[in-house]
Amino acid sequence: MNEEAAKGTDMQAMAEPIIEIIDMHKWFGEFHVLRGIDLTIQQKERIVICGPSGSGKSTLIRCINRLEEHQRGQIIVDGIELTNNLKNIEKIRTEVGMVFQHFNLFPHLTILDNLALGPIWVRKIPRKESEEIAMHYLEKVQIAEQAQKFPGQLSGGQQQRVAIARSLCMSPKIMLFDEPTSALDPEMIKEVLDVMIDLAQEGMTMIVVTHEMGFAKSVAHRVLFMDFGQIVEGNTPEEFFDNPQHDRTKLFLSQILH
Amino acid sequence: MEAYVQKTPLEKLKPPVTHVGVIGWVRTNLFDGWFNSLLTLLTLYFLWEVVPPLVRWAFIDSVWNTTGAVCRDADGACWSIITTNLRFILFGFYPYDQQWRPLIAILILCGLLFYSRDRNHWNKYFGYGWIIGLVVMGFLMRGGLFGLPGVETTQWGGLPLTLLLSIFGLTAAYPLGVILALGRQSRMRAIKVLCVVYIELIRGVPLISLLFMGSIIFPLFLPEGITINQILRAQVAIILFTAAYIAEVVRGGLQAMARGQYEAAEAIGLNYFLTMRLIILPQALKIVIPPTVSILISAFKDTSLVVIIALWDLLKTTQSTLSNPEWMGFSREAYIFVAILYFLGCFSMANYSRRLEKELSTEDH
Repeated sequence: MNEEAAKGTDMQAMAEPIIEIIDMHKWFGEFHVLRGIDLTIQQKERIVICGPSGSGKSTLIRCINRLEEHQRGQIIVDGIELTNNLKNIEKIRTEVGMVFQHFNLFPHLTILDNLALGPIWVRKIPRKESEEIAMHYLEKVQIAEQAQKFPGQLSGGQQQRVAIARSLCMSPKIMLFDEPTSALDPEMIKEVLDVMIDLAQEGMTMIVVTHEMGFAKSVAHRVLFMDFGQIVEGNTPEEFFDNPQHDRTKLFLSQILH
Repeated sequence: MEAYVQKTPLEKLKPPVTHVGVIGWVRTNLFDGWFNSLLTLLTLYFLWEVVPPLVRWAFIDSVWNTTGAVCRDADGACWSIITTNLRFILFGFYPYDQQWRPLIAILILCGLLFYSRDRNHWNKYFGYGWIIGLVVMGFLMRGGLFGLPGVETTQWGGLPLTLLLSIFGLTAAYPLGVILALGRQSRMRAIKVLCVVYIELIRGVPLISLLFMGSIIFPLFLPEGITINQILRAQVAIILFTAAYIAEVVRGGLQAMARGQYEAAEAIGLNYFLTMRLIILPQALKIVIPPTVSILISAFKDTSLVVIIALWDLLKTTQSTLSNPEWMGFSREAYIFVAILYFLGCFSMANYSRRLEKELSTEDH
């Protein structure tokens, strides 16, 4: 992976924050999953979140598009605060794309219909134009020839690329990735990461939960380490990997980088 | 240890002869071990004993188009009871010289249903076709306009009544059932409780008691002078009853849906109604096609219970033919005939559902 090219976007463009999280807490029943998250993310910033399982990293990004509800603190996305206001939630969801570990494509629809669904029903773009948008993004993830197939007929890597294209069809300002390569066979991880690197080069704001440390090193502006529902350490990838400060970060890195 | 590297790929071989072709089929399906061989031989003996006499009774020695007296001397089946009374069995007390009207109505209905089989035909114009068809059928049955003499609904009976009760019953019960299932899943407490109470209450009583309530108790609550058509009351009872069962089946389908499907739909920005309509219901309803069809089939057969509130459906007209002294005692033939009609209805539903499942399948094919 080409480090310079991937990080080539101008850091000056990050003038204003697009996501602000202030002292945010979340409980699952009695269990305190997120314990006071403070995080500001600038436009065009790319963040990788890592940490042991159960540390709350998935829950954190799922709070950003309100798939999970937080109970204390504030989350402000693109100037709109996330509350129980359904209209606001729907508006934020159209601005924030999400890619899941298990792809979550709609198995009863063709690939093309999976992509065109959002533009047609949420953006109210006529079907023909929506399908053109869909084809554009399918070409972008190099899978246009599969447009008429159903998700079940594609490999895992292809499905995940379709899932990324499906989010892009909504022209989101922010993309969230929840362990996008964890469910893939090893030989398919690269094709998905390549698509994500392309996206990074175009200046997309990205928040990625992943254990792909190579990806973090070459693409991220900042790497966050989470444990027990808190952000333990956050730094540039160079500093984070070469000079970790916190003991728990050191331990975690020693276990995954061998 | 010596390293192993494959030099030439292995050849593909054909399976042994005893496992393919006719011999293979007979071996695996009929003579697979001593127990299955024994069963095969016993079955063959049983068929040899049963089939030839049955064919002789039903076809070779059977009697058609005669009076009841001739029938009594014959050895075979008396199909005369059907041929002679066919019009009464099919149309009941509908005025004799007007019976071409329900006949045409049934033909229109069958035509529309047959054309609806192919989902490629489902478009706006076909929808209009259905509406026009329904209006024409209603007009034919009811009359009273354009010189057609009016026929009271109390005179409707036989096959048209059975079809009316079942087809409208099923098409109305299905969407109602889906709505109830969604309501039972609702996060809004009041709606949820309402749906649970409805479903459990209706499932807790037999259809017969609902029909009685509709025909006897319900009119007591109406103000004087207002009456509601007897057929309509039975129809509503059937719809309410079937919907409760469909609701539970559909709920099963909804629960089978992975959480990820809801999340993916929400993440795109679809609201509740669009998520349900575009993502969840198409998948959930597809999963539950087999149990749904079971319910529809049993509801179709249950329409014969309207006998007890004095509606003259297909089964009742047949029974009444049998009570005629001339034809008394030929119930075998009469019931076989009605059974065949019911079987045709049920079998085509089952057949269509299997075809629908295949069409909707998106697995590798």
